[in-house]
Amino acid sequence: MAEWFQDNGLLLGLALLDGLSSAGLIFLVAVGLNLVFGVLRIVNVAHGSLYAIGAYAAASIGIFLAGLGLPDWASIPTLVLSAALVGAILGPLIERFLLRRIYAQEEVVQLLVTFALFMILEDVQKLIWGVQPIHHDTAMKYLGTIDVPFGADFIPFTNYQLFVLPGFAVVTLAGLAWFLRRTLTGRVIVAVTTDREAATAMGIDAAKVFLLTFTFGAMLAALGGALSSPTAALVPGIGAQTIVLSFAVVATAGLGQIEGAALTSLMMGLGRSVAVYFEPELEVVVPYIIMVLVLLVRPQGLFGVIETRRV
Amino acid sequence: MRKIEPILAILVAAAMIVAAIAAPWLRFVLTIALAKGIAVMGILLLLRAGQVSFGHALYIAFGAYTVAFLAPRFGDAMILLPLAALGAGVLGLLIGLFVTRYRQIFFGMLNLAMAMVFYSLLEKLYAITKGSDGIRVEIMPIAGQALERVTYEWTIFGIALGLAFVLGFLLRLYLASPMGEALAGIKTRETRLEFMGVPARGVLLSAYVMSAVLGGIGGALIAMTSRHVTPLLSYWTSSGELVFIAILGGAGGVLGPFLGAAAYELVRVYAAASFADAWQMILGSVLLLVILFAPGGLWGMAARAIGGRGR
Repeated sequence: MAEWFQDNGLLLGLALLDGLSSAGLIFLVAVGLNLVFGVLRIVNVAHGSLYAIGAYAAASIGIFLAGLGLPDWASIPTLVLSAALVGAILGPLIERFLLRRIYAQEEVVQLLVTFALFMILEDVQKLIWGVQPIHHDTAMKYLGTIDVPFGADFIPFTNYQLFVLPGFAVVTLAGLAWFLRRTLTGRVIVAVTTDREAATAMGIDAAKVFLLTFTFGAMLAALGGALSSPTAALVPGIGAQTIVLSFAVVATAGLGQIEGAALTSLMMGLGRSVAVYFEPELEVVVPYIIMVLVLLVRPQGLFGVIETRRV
Repeated sequence: MRKIEPILAILVAAAMIVAAIAAPWLRFVLTIALAKGIAVMGILLLLRAGQVSFGHALYIAFGAYTVAFLAPRFGDAMILLPLAALGAGVLGLLIGLFVTRYRQIFFGMLNLAMAMVFYSLLEKLYAITKGSDGIRVEIMPIAGQALERVTYEWTIFGIALGLAFVLGFLLRLYLASPMGEALAGIKTRETRLEFMGVPARGVLLSAYVMSAVLGGIGGALIAMTSRHVTPLLSYWTSSGELVFIAILGGAGGVLGPFLGAAAYELVRVYAAASFADAWQMILGSVLLLVILFAPGGLWGMAARAIGGRGR
């Protein structure tokens, strides 16, 4: 065991750091999906498209502004603002003109509407941004790297991935927890999640809550995409990859659970990156193994609440 | 409507044969459509119980790879087809024992997880599966007869059409049987079904195994027709495609899957030929239009045109 650590310790350290940063990204996307599912009861397949569009938009806005002479430090706020812009435009558009028409429909139909939207947006991305990889990493380069001490050695790692990504995830988690539990709007959202009928009967405007929640969820997806854009080249298909992982997180965490989503993202992020370094064949499989194991023991998800069966 | 269904089926089959004679490339498209239609009947079965599997591409891929692996050893379609069906059935039983404990989103996502695990195994175990390059399937003898290409393609088309008829007929019998009615009871109110002493899980499990067998047969036919199998057969978008076809065709009768599959494949071929970069967008838009304006699918439209009810 000790020998193994001597040989693989550095690799393990790198895997853990990598896992932390990818867990941050997974959380941002999955918590948005979970929130939307909790309130609207729709599994939004197009959430992955919002992630991809957020990433592409952030990269092109970044490249455009850099051409105008934007200082390097401003590239990080630019990422956040682009994400907010994407969410604020696409969120209301999708909710008002598409989802609102199908709330009364069957679950499978709702799922398919978002699947159709996903297919459409997938080609929209190709038409706007083409199929060539796009890369804009000013934000990551600006922050430089840090030597993380690990045992007797040092692991060089980018500050952006070590601090910014997990930082955003932690701030989002804390902010969401505060917002949902301490503010009136947040508590209204929780009320609609718990019992839509009762909440509406109390005079809560469900339509408004739906619009608000969906827009917010869209912003979180776009934020995940925007923050990921400096770390890797953008190619078609990133939306499809992201959404399946987020599905796994949501089902494992339990529906509508934000702390559950955080813990699950951490498990899956770490599990996946450890797999990347030690058993690369297993990388894609690890999240699903975690999901199956969790659901075997807790069929309602890690933090899920058992619903009473109606007779 | 139920009475004229067999007549309609014969008309549709006749139209398919005429189309396949008129244009050789249509023979290929329609064989694939028939194969997918057979697999979509399995989705229909689960939809009857109100459950959406977002991972049935697993059984298609399993059937297809069974053919690809075993073709060099038992190179005869008449042996490979039952083998693929049997294998998919056994796999469906194993996975079904686990996933039928869950409902709604958990059911859908666990199926998705299984399909994605299979996808990544196919892609990563290069030594066995040749990874994303896929495996070529040579023209194989059918019932001991070595055939040249055109005869072979016609024979596979004939087998697919025959199987579609036989399996469609059996499915119709099943849906009208007490077991089939119990399946619909799972959707309405599972608890009451159990109060009546009907083992709901067993009913769902048997339907799940049947749907896996149908998927395996469809996959085997796809491998024999396209003569090339890749891991993409198991990707989650392929599973989405199956649910897409089920809704496009309409969940009312057993003809729905075939109408849906034929329409889907034709739209896809035309869209891919005329708008190479936007075929997904066109398919997505078609799906949206059908859901928003023709809720019963193509079958429902046909039923209304004739003057009966969709169900």
